[in-house]
Amino acid sequence: MRLSTLKTAACGLALVAAPLAASAEDLLINGQVEINTEVQPADHMKGIVPVVRSGWTFRSPETQVLQMDDFDNPGMIFVDQGMSLWQTGDGETGESCADCHGDMAESMEGVRASMPKMNPEGTDLWTLEENINNCRTERMEADEWAWESSEMLAMTAAIGKQSRGMPVDVEIDGPAREWWERGEELYYQRVGQLDMACANCHEDNYDNMIRADHLSQGQINGFPVYRLKWGGLGSIHRRFKGCMKNIRAEPYNRGSDEFKALELYVASRGAGLDVETPSVRN
Amino acid sequence: MKRTLALAVCVAMGGSVALADMLAPADVTYGDYGAVEQSLTGTPGDPENGAQVFLARKLGNCLACHANSDMADQPFHGEVGPPLDGIGSYRTEAELRGMIINSKKTFQGTIMPAFYVADDFTRNQDKFEGETILTAQQVEDVVAYLMTLTD
Ligand code: HEC
Ligand code: HEC
Ligand code: HEC
Repeated sequence: MRLSTLKTAACGLALVAAPLAASAEDLLINGQVEINTEVQPADHMKGIVPVVRSGWTFRSPETQVLQMDDFDNPGMIFVDQGMSLWQTGDGETGESCADCHGDMAESMEGVRASMPKMNPEGTDLWTLEENINNCRTERMEADEWAWESSEMLAMTAAIGKQSRGMPVDVEIDGPAREWWERGEELYYQRVGQLDMACANCHEDNYDNMIRADHLSQGQINGFPVYRLKWGGLGSIHRRFKGCMKNIRAEPYNRGSDEFKALELYVASRGAGLDVETPSVRN
Repeated sequence: MKRTLALAVCVAMGGSVALADMLAPADVTYGDYGAVEQSLTGTPGDPENGAQVFLARKLGNCLACHANSDMADQPFHGEVGPPLDGIGSYRTEAELRGMIINSKKTFQGTIMPAFYVADDFTRNQDKFEGETILTAQQVEDVVAYLMTLTD
């Protein structure tokens, strides 16, 4: 609310617009794609946080700027790699993704924003990675890509980018409900020798410094993310693992039911935030 | 280093003399508000070592959450907990000991870890199973250090 008022005001006043453009709320990519990085909480988040904020708003100006122009964004070369993999035939059938799906910009638009979601049979919650691997094994008769492989990261980055600027909107009712509830439980479950839950840091203490780190809300609207610390892209589940290890907990595996449930729940906490893939973080 | 040596000597002499006075995590008794009167070791805390424990990321890492003017030369003071300036003036030794052993007894539901509790934490890593974050003497050292933070 406050935000849109500010933005409207800025449109009328060129002089005021300059400082606002540099403010933390405004992420404009290539001077073109406007990204909502602060939104009102969805119904299921009311009373939990007053404003839903992208991790971008917590980063230093030096890190933020890397995401404001695709030429500066170190994640973009992986998007390009994903685009060429899309055209490359593989597996027993020799087909490429493009053979069936055509232009990625059209067929994959909005897909990231709705993931994870129930599979077509409604029997399992599938992440983007699992949807891709299902096409590879069932439709192309090709080997699965490992969760954190360079191919999978490139493909999820390329597909994710087709949703850039579209609001996260995951289905949390119907058959997905059970998964969502499990995810919520995990989010508040204290784990590890330090005995902390995700919520202790990302809900109760976001915007506080924890030693050198400015705590964010732990949103996943920018994944796979390019982390300067990693010097490359990483998946959502890699980040979850890292946070669990830091509190001396035994992390769940990538692709485990626990992390899938947590992914759905965390995605829903960021409902309304625009997809930023590939985001850049320190 | 010195402590390890001392312990080694005791063990070599065929007894756990040094450990005899040490209070195990399960034997700690708390007052109504979580204070712990009894020293965990009977050996007075060493404030200098306590400062090291306070700083070290793999030990107390207290600075991650608490600002502390006494360590103004160190970068990155946290904001998760209150600053600890002057804490030794308004908290008693027993209160501080209790807060470090198990802050949840004083502050219900706090994010601050319990540094001398060896519970069955959910999904604890194997290498930390049954282990406390700090040793009994490290707790006493940190308490002694906090007592030096007076106005
Ligand atoms: C033989 C045809 C075929 C090939 C080859 C193929 N797919 Fe698919 N893909 C499908 C069909 C059919 C569906 C399910 C219907 C749909 O959503 O389009 C699907 C679904 C998907 C979905 C889920 C879309 C959604 O909205 O839920 C993703 C993501 C996907 N494919 C990615 C890929 C990628 C990446 C490749 C290449 C590695 C690939 N597919 C190769 C046919 C194919
Ligand atoms: C001890 C505090 C702490 C706990 C507990 C914690 N994290 Fe984090 N997390 C961090 C820090 C610090 C960062 C890096 C700075 C930031 O974005 O907050 C981070 C980053 C993240 C990010 C990346 C955000 C982005 O913008 O790219 C995600 C996602 C995340 N955490 C999820 C989780 C989940 C899920 C849990 C529970 C399993 C969890 N965290 C538990 C401290 C914590
Ligand atoms: C993960 C963050 C965190 C860490 C690490 C942490 N604390 Fe705390 N501490 C807190 C919070 C938050 C409070 C406030 C109590 C509450 O939760 O309401 C607190 C409270 C305290 C208090 C009481 C302050 C007062 O005004 O009464 C003391 C003393 C204290 N901590 C000392 C320490 C020491 C010493 C260490 C390291 C051995 C430490 N803390 C590590 C978060 C932390």
